[in-house]
Amino acid sequence: MMHWIILPVVLPALLAPLIGFVMRHDIVLARTASVVGTALLLAIALGLTGLAADGTTHVYRLGDWPAPFGIVLVLDRLSALMVLLTSSLALIVLIHAIATGWDARGRHFHALFQFQLMGICGAFLTGDIFNLFVFFEILLIASYGLMIHSGGRERIRAGLQYVVMNLAGSTLFLFALGTLYASTGTLNIADLAVRIPQIPVEEASLVRVAAILLMIVFAVKAALFPVQFWLPATYANAPAPVAALFAIMTKVGAYAILRVHTTAFGPGMPGTEGMAGTWLFAAAIATIAVGALGVLGARRLMPLIAFSVVGSMGTLLMAVAAFSPTATSAALYYMVHSTFAAACLFLVADLVVTRRNGDTLNPAPATVQNGLFAALFFAAAIGMAGMPPLSGFLGKLLVLDALRAPGMIGWAWSAILVGSLLTIVGFARAGSALFWKSTAIAGPGAETAPAALAAPPPVPAPVPATVAEVAPTMAAIAALAVLSVFAGPVSAYLDDTSAQLFDRGGYITAVLGPGEED
Amino acid sequence: MEIIVASTIGVLTAGGVYLLLRLRTFPVILGLALLSYAVNVFLFASGGLAIDQSPILARYGEASYTDPLPQALVLTAIVISFGMTAVLVMVGLGAYLEADSDRIDIDPEDEDENAGKDAQA
Repeated sequence: MMHWIILPVVLPALLAPLIGFVMRHDIVLARTASVVGTALLLAIALGLTGLAADGTTHVYRLGDWPAPFGIVLVLDRLSALMVLLTSSLALIVLIHAIATGWDARGRHFHALFQFQLMGICGAFLTGDIFNLFVFFEILLIASYGLMIHSGGRERIRAGLQYVVMNLAGSTLFLFALGTLYASTGTLNIADLAVRIPQIPVEEASLVRVAAILLMIVFAVKAALFPVQFWLPATYANAPAPVAALFAIMTKVGAYAILRVHTTAFGPGMPGTEGMAGTWLFAAAIATIAVGALGVLGARRLMPLIAFSVVGSMGTLLMAVAAFSPTATSAALYYMVHSTFAAACLFLVADLVVTRRNGDTLNPAPATVQNGLFAALFFAAAIGMAGMPPLSGFLGKLLVLDALRAPGMIGWAWSAILVGSLLTIVGFARAGSALFWKSTAIAGPGAETAPAALAAPPPVPAPVPATVAEVAPTMAAIAALAVLSVFAGPVSAYLDDTSAQLFDRGGYITAVLGPGEED
Repeated sequence: MEIIVASTIGVLTAGGVYLLLRLRTFPVILGLALLSYAVNVFLFASGGLAIDQSPILARYGEASYTDPLPQALVLTAIVISFGMTAVLVMVGLGAYLEADSDRIDIDPEDEDENAGKDAQA
């Protein structure tokens, strides 16, 4: 048995307390350890992706207990991809947080950051639903700390809402697990995939209840309508680098829906067939509408980006709702894209907002490097809105192409296309208010003497961004460009990934051993 | 026995949801605590209700046993909900001291008014 699979969980888990207890008074040491740890995580993730690329499903049995009795970690193409996405995003965000000094504005940023990575990687790797719950709690408790990092009145109030929302969600998760265990007698995903088809349709009502309860729980994480309302307030009030890291948190929900509702409750299960997709599709349309209208109506930059994240989750989950290999492959491409696009927008917003007086979308005197920030915002916004040449365009094209089934095409295409148009309008309005109209207003130096009496208290002159501050944003945009240039190989890999996800027999055999297939 | 357990879970859940909807810090904390009690009892019952039986397989004879797995799940759930409640109390206290209000929902006008200042903090 190979131990590499558990390293993405163990490495941050060991590093976090070390940073928290030993390096708490030395920010340089903590930064170094955190960056080295995250870079190592990226290297491990690359290794695991290489390992999983040949299509075998690797299983790590904790304590060497055989599968339905012990907990297993499962590495296939999908989980390797998600861990790779997490670690590359984490490195970008971490460098930004260090370069802009966000990590020094409160305590224990790096320890919480590592715990967060541990929870996210664990959630992607586990093959047991109760273990998924535990990793969810780990990533949530770390995110509570990160969310209220550096404090402030609005931030703590938004943080309180976020905590309450997620605690209610966790309770629902436990109810779902209890129902599932009562009706099937197992919580191992592969074992569920074996047992659920054996339950006759007329006795499957409890399983259906459990499946829908689980979907609601994952929908809370994925910010799906009608449980998306926590996201705009949370993301808009979180420290910007943390909001950028949270771009992967919504994807944890989408991943969990993909994994559980494909493998355990997926197509071919008489009791639960087609149910998840129907609800998910309708909810995804509403989510796109909420996101697009939110982008159009936002009066501040951070909520605007947060609503665009909601809209992108709608597009992503609409592709997931089809539960077919082609649509899933499109969904995965869009998932990778939207993670980087959202993170990139939050990082640009951080660079801009810290140099302006607040993030309200009104013209203000142009800040330093107005052109640079405008270019970065423009690139990130066309990525998010889905315009060529960046990968958002290809991602949306793949999703549209996958959703051509007769009953689906009308709703899906109009939702995505109209949603994209509204998003473009919203971003164009924000960009012109922030960068274009701003240049028309004279700076504070041009004010006449009498006006100075009524003028707001002097703001310290904005400092130009250093290379280290801009580099992470550039890297995120570069990731979008790379994703777009190598769209062919990437989508070929993602086709294999989704084929493997839909090959339930292979997953069951790998986890439970041969002879357990249905 | 079934009716006692079922109605206990029902009453705890109803009380928890009611308190959760009060949207003030202290009732919400109590409500989440009630909900976590309800879910713990529910998890216990999910392995089937077996009274007065050990969770360990008897080596001899026909002795029946209760399912040990839900007990392990409940233990994990208790530990997690205990930790989460502690975090919630601290965040709630922080929010109350910062904002001089224990409301959990954010007033939209209030938010816009303070948005500019806090975004820089």
